[in-house]
Amino acid sequence: MSRVGVFVCHCGENIGSTVDCPEVAERCKQMPGVVHAEDYKYLCSNPGQNKIKQAIKDHQLEGVVVAACSPRMHEPTFRRAVTDAGMNAYLCEVANLREHCSWVHEEADSTTEKAVDLVRLQLEKVKRNKPLQPIEVPITKTALVIGGGVAGIQAALDIADSGHKVILVERSPALGGHMAQLSETFPTLDCSQCILTPRMVDVSRHPNITLMTYSEVEHLDGFIGNFKATIRKRARKIDEELCTGCGECLQKCPSKDISDGFNEGLTTRRAIYVPFTQAVPNIPVIDVENCRHYQKKKCDRCVKACPTKAISFNQQDELIHVDVGAIVVATGYKVMSTEKFPEYGYGTYPDVITGLQFERYASASGPTQGVIKRPSDGKEPETVVFIACSGSRDAAKGVKYCSKICCMYTAKHAMLLKHKNHNSKAYVFYMDIRAAGKNYDEFVRRAIEEDGVKYIRGRVSRVYEEDGKLVVKGADTLLGGRPVEIKADLVVLATASLPNDGQSELARKLHVGCDEYGFLAEAHPKLKPVETNTAGIYLAGACQSPRDIPETVAQASAAAAKVAALLSRSHLTREPIVAEVNRRPAPLHSDCTGCFLCESACPYRAIGQEEILDRDGIVIKTIAKINPGLCQGCGTCVATCRTKAIDLHGFSNEQIFAEIMSL
Amino acid sequence: MNRSLENAKKTTSLASQIQAATGIALHHCYQCGKCAAGCPVADTMDLPSCQVLRLLQYESPEFDRQVLQSEAIWLCLSCETCHTRCPQDIGTPKVMNFLRGEAMRLRLAHPRSKDTQAFHHAFLGSVGRHGRLYEIGMLMGYKLRTGHLLKDMALGSKLHEKGKLNLLPHAIEDKAALKRLFKQTLNNPDSKE
Repeated sequence: MSRVGVFVCHCGENIGSTVDCPEVAERCKQMPGVVHAEDYKYLCSNPGQNKIKQAIKDHQLEGVVVAACSPRMHEPTFRRAVTDAGMNAYLCEVANLREHCSWVHEEADSTTEKAVDLVRLQLEKVKRNKPLQPIEVPITKTALVIGGGVAGIQAALDIADSGHKVILVERSPALGGHMAQLSETFPTLDCSQCILTPRMVDVSRHPNITLMTYSEVEHLDGFIGNFKATIRKRARKIDEELCTGCGECLQKCPSKDISDGFNEGLTTRRAIYVPFTQAVPNIPVIDVENCRHYQKKKCDRCVKACPTKAISFNQQDELIHVDVGAIVVATGYKVMSTEKFPEYGYGTYPDVITGLQFERYASASGPTQGVIKRPSDGKEPETVVFIACSGSRDAAKGVKYCSKICCMYTAKHAMLLKHKNHNSKAYVFYMDIRAAGKNYDEFVRRAIEEDGVKYIRGRVSRVYEEDGKLVVKGADTLLGGRPVEIKADLVVLATASLPNDGQSELARKLHVGCDEYGFLAEAHPKLKPVETNTAGIYLAGACQSPRDIPETVAQASAAAAKVAALLSRSHLTREPIVAEVNRRPAPLHSDCTGCFLCESACPYRAIGQEEILDRDGIVIKTIAKINPGLCQGCGTCVATCRTKAIDLHGFSNEQIFAEIMSL
Repeated sequence: MNRSLENAKKTTSLASQIQAATGIALHHCYQCGKCAAGCPVADTMDLPSCQVLRLLQYESPEFDRQVLQSEAIWLCLSCETCHTRCPQDIGTPKVMNFLRGEAMRLRLAHPRSKDTQAFHHAFLGSVGRHGRLYEIGMLMGYKLRTGHLLKDMALGSKLHEKGKLNLLPHAIEDKAALKRLFKQTLNNPDSKE
C-alpha cells in the first residue's frame, strides 16, 4: 500500500501553539507512500472531516493518518468519516500529537521534529494495515440469575418482565434469602415477609422464569451472549411433580433435633423439612446427613405418610446444561458468628446472640411468634444491650470495613424491643451512627426520642456472666471515656456482614474478581457499579458489599436493565482487534506446537484447543484456538508464544517492528 | 463506687423531673457540643454543659448526684447563647436553673456556690421588697452574707459618679401585685412559664 493521506490537526491552540503544523504536513509530503498531506484548524469538525473524505476520493487514498488528539478521543470519529468515503475503518490511524507531544513539550523545533516522528510511526503502521471487519456474535436470549434472595428475585422479575427468559438458581431449598428471615424492615417497619412473599410467588408463577431451588452452578464456559452453564440440581429425594406440599411427612419424621438454619439455630427441625411455612416452592427436602433411612438404613415413615408416593429415596443429583446470554450474580452475605468474640464470651453465653437471631425472635413466624425472649431460659429480657460494630471497623480482629446495615437494624431492634415490652430498657453501644438514607436519621432519632432507647457512644470492652446477668462493661466517650457498666439480660451483637460461604469458589467458576475482603468486584466503582470485569456478568446486592434492602433492590433492577439491554440486541458487535493462531499448509498446519502456554496466560480464558484432523478424522495435531468472542486483544498470548504462531489483528508483530524501525 | 446503672429510673430521675417541670426532653440532645462551644463560661466549668446533659440522660442516681454537686450549674449565666444555637431546641439555662434549685433543696450545692447563692438571695430580697433593685441595700445584704466587706469597694465610687447609687430605695406603686407575684412563683417554683 502506498497511497496514504496525512491530515495534521491544530486542535485550535492545543497543538498549533507548540507544534508547527504546516511544517509537519510539508515534511510528511516527502515521506515515501504519502500522496497527500494537509493541515487544518479542527479536523474533528464537520468541514475538517469533509476534507478527509474529499481527499480520499480525489487522491484514491488507501490509508489515512490523522495527526490529532488521543485516539481514545476521536479515533471513532475519524474512522466513521473514512467509512463514509468508502474506506475500511481499520485503514485509518491516529497519531497522538496532543497528549504525547504538544501538551507535554515547549514550543521548539525538536517538538515539531517529534510530531513528525509520531506521524511517521503511524504511517509505517498504516501501510501494513489490513481491512478488518467487526466481529458479530449471536446472543442467547436467556439470563441466569444466581441467588434467590431479594436481589435475585428482583433481577429475575425485571428481566422476565422485559420479555426475556430467566433461569433463577437458588442454593437453598426455598427462595427468600435473608430477607425472609427478617421481622420488620427499617425505616418504615413494614413486615419483611409480607412484602417479600408476594414477590416469591410472582417468581414461581412467571411464565418466563424457570426456578431451580436446591441447585448450584457447577461450571461455566463461554462468553458474553454465549455462556454455557452446568447446574447441579441436588436431589431433594422428593418427586416435585407428585408432591402436593401437604406436610404429612413432616409430622412423622423421627429425626428431630437438627439445628434449624432458618431460625438461626434457635429451634430444631426434622430430617425432612420445609425451611419455613411460606416457602416457595412448598416442597420438602430430605436432609440426607440426618435422615435415618440413609444413616441407619432403616425408617421409611415419611414414605408411609405420603399420600401421593412422592418420596423418592433413590433420586440422584442431576447435572443440567443451559445456554445463557447474561448472568446476574446475587449470592448475598452471611453474618459473623458470636464465636469470633473472645471478649464477649466466645459464643459460650447463650444470651449473647447475633442481630439475625434477634430478628427471628422478633419475627411473627419465629420460634416465639414475635415475643422477644432469651435463649437460656426463655424469659422475656428486661434490659437488653445492643453492641454495634461487632467485628466491623475492627482491623485487628474483625473486618476493616463498615457493615453499613447495623446502625439501622440496631435502632430497629431496640425500637421493636420497646414496642413489644414497654417496661424493658434498651441500651445501644455505638461508635458512630451512620444513618444516611431516606428517613434513616429520623428513624434513629425516633428510637432515641420517642421510644427512649439509650445510646452510649463507646465500644464494649467485655461481657461476662455474674449472678445470672450479663455484665456489659463499656465507656462513654462523650463523658471523656467514663466507664459504664450495665447488667443485662440479653446482649445482641450487630456482627459484621461477610462474603457468603462459597463465594470465592463461585467467583473462580465465573471468572469474576473479588475485592480484598472476598466481596465480588465491580468493573468501576462509579461508572460501572453493577458490571464485573467479565463482559456479560453483572452483580446485584450484598455479594458486592454490605447493603440494605432498598439499595439491593435498586442495584438488582440496574443489573436487570443492563441484561435486558444486552438481550434485546440481535447480535453483539465487537472490535476485530483479536489474536489469531496462524495456519500453514500441511504438513506443518500451524507454527503452534501445542504447548498451551498461551492458554494459561490468557486473562480472559479465550484460548482453547483445536484438533486438526486428517480426511479419515484422525487427530494429527492439537493447536491453540482463540475464541474471537472472548478475546479482548490484550496481546498477552502474542508475547507468550514461543514460536510466534499468534498475531494480533491490527497490531501485528510486523506492524510494530516497522514502527520501531522507522525511527 | 457502684457504677452499675441497673437502678436507673427506680427513683424519679432528674431528667424525668425536668421534663415534668419544664417540658424539656433531655434525651433529644444528641451531643453535638454546640452549647459548650459557644458558652462564655465553659472554660471555668468543671462539666461542660453538654456533659451535664449527657450525665442526666443516663437517669442514674449516681450521675444525677454528680450533676447536682457540680460547680458548673452555678456558673451558668443564663445568657441563653446555648439555647439560641441548639439544633434540638433544648433550653439548657432552664435546666441549669432547675438543677440549682434541686441542689439547694437536697443540700448538695457545690461549696464554692455560696457567694452565688448569697447574691441570688440579696438580689431577690431587694426586688421582693421594693419591686425594683435597691442597689445599696442589695450590696449591703450581699456583703453581710458573704463577709467580703471591702472587696470591689473601688467600683462603688464609679457607680456613685454615674448616679447608680441612690441612698434611699424607690419602690413601685402596686406592692400588692408584687407580693402576689412572688407568692405565686414560690408556691409553684417549676411552673413552665
